[in-house]
Amino acid sequence: MTAPLLLRIEHLTMRFGGLVAVDDVSFEAADRQITAIIGPNGAGKTTVFNCLTGFYKPTIGMLTLRRPGGATFLLERMDGYRIGQVARVARTFQNIRLFPRMSVLENLMVAQHNKLMRASGYTFFGLFGLPVYRHAEARALDLARYWLDRIGLTARADEEAGNMAYGEQRRLEIARAMCTEPVLLCLDEPAAGLNPRESAELNELLLFIRDEHKIGVLLIEHDMSVVMKISDHVVVLDYGRKISAGSPTSVRNDPVVIRAYLGEEEDEALPPEVETDLKFGA
Amino acid sequence: MEYFVQQLINGLTLGAVYGLIAIGYTMVYGIIGMINFAHGDIFMIGGFVSIITFMVLGVFGITWVPLALVCMLVMAMAFTGLHGWAVERIGYRALRNAPRLAPLISAIGMSIFLQNYVQLLQGARNKPLPPIISGGIELMTSSEGFTVKLGYMQIIIMVTTTVIMVGFTLMIARTPLGRQQRACEQDMKMARLLGVNVDRTISLTFIMGAALAAAAGLIWLLYYGIIDFYVGFLAGIKAFTAAVLGGIGSLPGAMVGGLLIGVIEVFYAGYFSSAYKDVAVFMILVLVLIFLPTGLIGRPDIEKV
Amino acid sequence: MAAIGAGAERQLSFGEMIRDAAAVALVALGLALPLVGFQTVDRGAGMILETRFGAMFYAVGVIFVGRFVLGLIDAGRGRPILAASGAFSAAWVLNAIFDVAPPIEHVTLGWLTWLVAMTIALRAWFVLRRGARPAGRDGTRAGALPAVWLERVGRLVVPAALTFAVVMPFLPFADQRLVDLGILVLTYTMLGWGLNVVVGLAGLLDLGYVAFYAVGAYSYALISINLGLNFWETLPFAGAVAAFFGVALGFPVLRLRGDYLAIVTLGFGEMIRLILLNWDDLSNGAKGIGDIPRPSFFGLQFTAAPREGVAAFHEYFDLDFSPIHRVIYLYYIILILALLTNWFTLRIRKLPIGRAWEALREDEIACRALGINPTTTKLTAFAIGATFGGFAGSFFATRQGFISPESFNFIESAIILAIVVLGGMGSQLGVVVASVVLIGGPEWFRDLGTFRMVAFGALMVAVMIWRPQGLLAHRDPTVRLPAAPGRPP
Repeated sequence: MTAPLLLRIEHLTMRFGGLVAVDDVSFEAADRQITAIIGPNGAGKTTVFNCLTGFYKPTIGMLTLRRPGGATFLLERMDGYRIGQVARVARTFQNIRLFPRMSVLENLMVAQHNKLMRASGYTFFGLFGLPVYRHAEARALDLARYWLDRIGLTARADEEAGNMAYGEQRRLEIARAMCTEPVLLCLDEPAAGLNPRESAELNELLLFIRDEHKIGVLLIEHDMSVVMKISDHVVVLDYGRKISAGSPTSVRNDPVVIRAYLGEEEDEALPPEVETDLKFGA
Repeated sequence: MEYFVQQLINGLTLGAVYGLIAIGYTMVYGIIGMINFAHGDIFMIGGFVSIITFMVLGVFGITWVPLALVCMLVMAMAFTGLHGWAVERIGYRALRNAPRLAPLISAIGMSIFLQNYVQLLQGARNKPLPPIISGGIELMTSSEGFTVKLGYMQIIIMVTTTVIMVGFTLMIARTPLGRQQRACEQDMKMARLLGVNVDRTISLTFIMGAALAAAAGLIWLLYYGIIDFYVGFLAGIKAFTAAVLGGIGSLPGAMVGGLLIGVIEVFYAGYFSSAYKDVAVFMILVLVLIFLPTGLIGRPDIEKV
Repeated sequence: MAAIGAGAERQLSFGEMIRDAAAVALVALGLALPLVGFQTVDRGAGMILETRFGAMFYAVGVIFVGRFVLGLIDAGRGRPILAASGAFSAAWVLNAIFDVAPPIEHVTLGWLTWLVAMTIALRAWFVLRRGARPAGRDGTRAGALPAVWLERVGRLVVPAALTFAVVMPFLPFADQRLVDLGILVLTYTMLGWGLNVVVGLAGLLDLGYVAFYAVGAYSYALISINLGLNFWETLPFAGAVAAFFGVALGFPVLRLRGDYLAIVTLGFGEMIRLILLNWDDLSNGAKGIGDIPRPSFFGLQFTAAPREGVAAFHEYFDLDFSPIHRVIYLYYIILILALLTNWFTLRIRKLPIGRAWEALREDEIACRALGINPTTTKLTAFAIGATFGGFAGSFFATRQGFISPESFNFIESAIILAIVVLGGMGSQLGVVVASVVLIGGPEWFRDLGTFRMVAFGALMVAVMIWRPQGLLAHRDPTVRLPAAPGRPP
């Protein structure tokens, strides 16, 4: 791996009562690369995300984020909201979590909350409309407009976010995460429910984020066409364990991975959708 | 020691009342996830129906105490159950898919309505019930001459409560009705798909809760000998505290929580300060919700992201 | 009421309608039998039982007719029914105004009859209107008024209402009773706007708002009596004490789920009241605190005979003494306080903290992922709401001159919450409309006694069923994308 290290996950374990959702998983994600986590349903992918973004406290394990500037954060010791605020890890959710009754633009402005709070002198300057706040707000609007242009929702900025189509909501959620100006963007199944055209647009958006904004992207995905086309590094989980890792090509040909997806009986015919998935990647 | 035993007896009697009311809160919360704010007033209506039944019986010259008690209980449960049904049908059913706050506001409105409706119809003054059962067993006497008494009234209250609770538990556990009720509680959509009449089940939940609250109202009336239109407010909140303490959604939890709250209230009044006994109950509510949000007998709730 | 939502799914035959109405009447009879049919009448130490079967059967009969007529409306016979019921209720009102011999001696039954007639008339009108414009259902969400309509009305109504509020005490028909009523409505409007920050914007269901009202009132009373400060000097202290209580009570409980939070805040409200009731050394217990200093107009007293060396308002301005001077002055104080609350809320809504409140109301988990600290954000909302509650409490104390724990019941919290929610959560105009209807209305009908509280409860239920989002549920975005594109970042 040539790119500098961004995130190191060591011996991550998460237990819920008797259930071990994640079992001693270690992997790394590099800066300016797209790292994909794949695996069958119930493999523990989302749990890894939830530990990483502070929604769960891991039972065991160390999660270290090393910012390009050199600052280092131990994520497992931070309160959930501080991971977004200080360490600058942003995320999206499997079942989209926008603020549905607020406008599209407001969603992007809420994402810039901490910056604007400081600029508004924790509300005092803002209350009286001092220039320092007005300028900060104008800059925040510029950033929002930049992302609105990027995701093609500029014309609908003042409509309620809940009225957007499904694919638009997915893109808006990514734009909202980007408005926090993160160093690591975590996406939980961003292509779920998208049609092929929207899926292709998503690929483009993710590559753009990686190449133009020069940040690391961590991705959970079921859609192999997305994973194989855009990821630089793939980690495979099964039953809470890491069973394989490497480049997309090496993972695709790993017999352990194939067995995890298809089961032990090798002479059984492949389910058609899996066959398509694997072909897509080829 | 003797004082302690006496307080314990009194506390358990009061706790039986709270427990019976708490079941209504816990069942309704379990099935439609709302706090039925008007439930305390349903309890109050139970008390009023009891005392009116008593006086009607007096008019007909029925004064044999066991028969009178059974009549009061049956009438209170029937008419109060009808009130419980009507409250759900009019105030809550249309709001089942409404924004979260709407049913709660509607319930608060119902509570205000019922209180003032009863005040309007029956007057604002306390309604006294002449003591119809007196005497009791003297359990022990201390050297200073303090006598522990277990009144016949208290015995009747505890026996009645136990019988009602056992019957009710059997109904929930053994009958098809109870099975449908539990099914709706776990997954309403699935129960509907499997042919359970969800509306009817919810109605029955309200009727059952109201009937139990009516029994509590009768007991309250017998024990304190007095009832007024405002009694449901405090008793309702305390019973809700009991439901939370036991673990909301859990029927045995509601009963255990009720007994605990009754005992704690009586002991606090007896040993510390009678003026602050209600504050003590509210403090328990706050502390339980903060430190033990699932209650004593409740399932933990993992936050899904 | 059960007919609402029953809709025109299937046309009922005449016989079925009769049977349906009979079933409803039977249920009504069951409900009415114990509590309406029998009356416990207090006689000295004991009481006796009287029957009221006549009234009971009359009420059940009204319900039978009402239900049957509602069925007829759904069956498409709305027009004659609208005419008949409208004429009937209008005649009833005229009758009441001109005080002709009442058709029914019994006040409550009279009101019941009138209410049923009104309900029928309204229902008929709605059904007819919907029938006339079948397209009315399309885009508009149930319960929300069309935004365009609201915006147009708002642009006219807001300045008109504001002008009216400012000149009202000097209008020819403004007697002391009306100005007093205005003070009351404005107090609740201010409380509603204050609570709107907590419930409407931040989505935190607070059933104990009256606690902060009480804290403000008692702080004001104790500070002004013991330290001898005047109204405007005491106000910030009272607000600060209330804010402190907001933070202290809010901190441990703000992570609770919505309805749990509601019950805990209710508990806090009752605890504060019980403590005030029992802590005699601090609050003088149930006897309350009297002789609270009245506000003075830049040092001028509103008394007929001021103390030695103090100027009186009427002497200074060379007017005849009249108690209405003080009432009018109090009216303007509360108007200023209420408008301050409104200005502050409107302003803060457009700031990052206000947007974060609304975002928290929508989705707390998403907020945490965006790096917003939920605890401090909620606490700010709680503290600001409490401060305005404290200001209103101070005003209440100085207006009454006497406070006791009985003024700070749970019912006060419920009324304030009802104003916020019925008006349409987060809507500033809705709060005004709701407090005029809920406070002004019942206060005007004070002679009705208990019946107006019965109607109040029923109204809360009815409005929630009719419009679960509140009367004026409409939300403007806090910021719009500027037309001209700015610099690229």
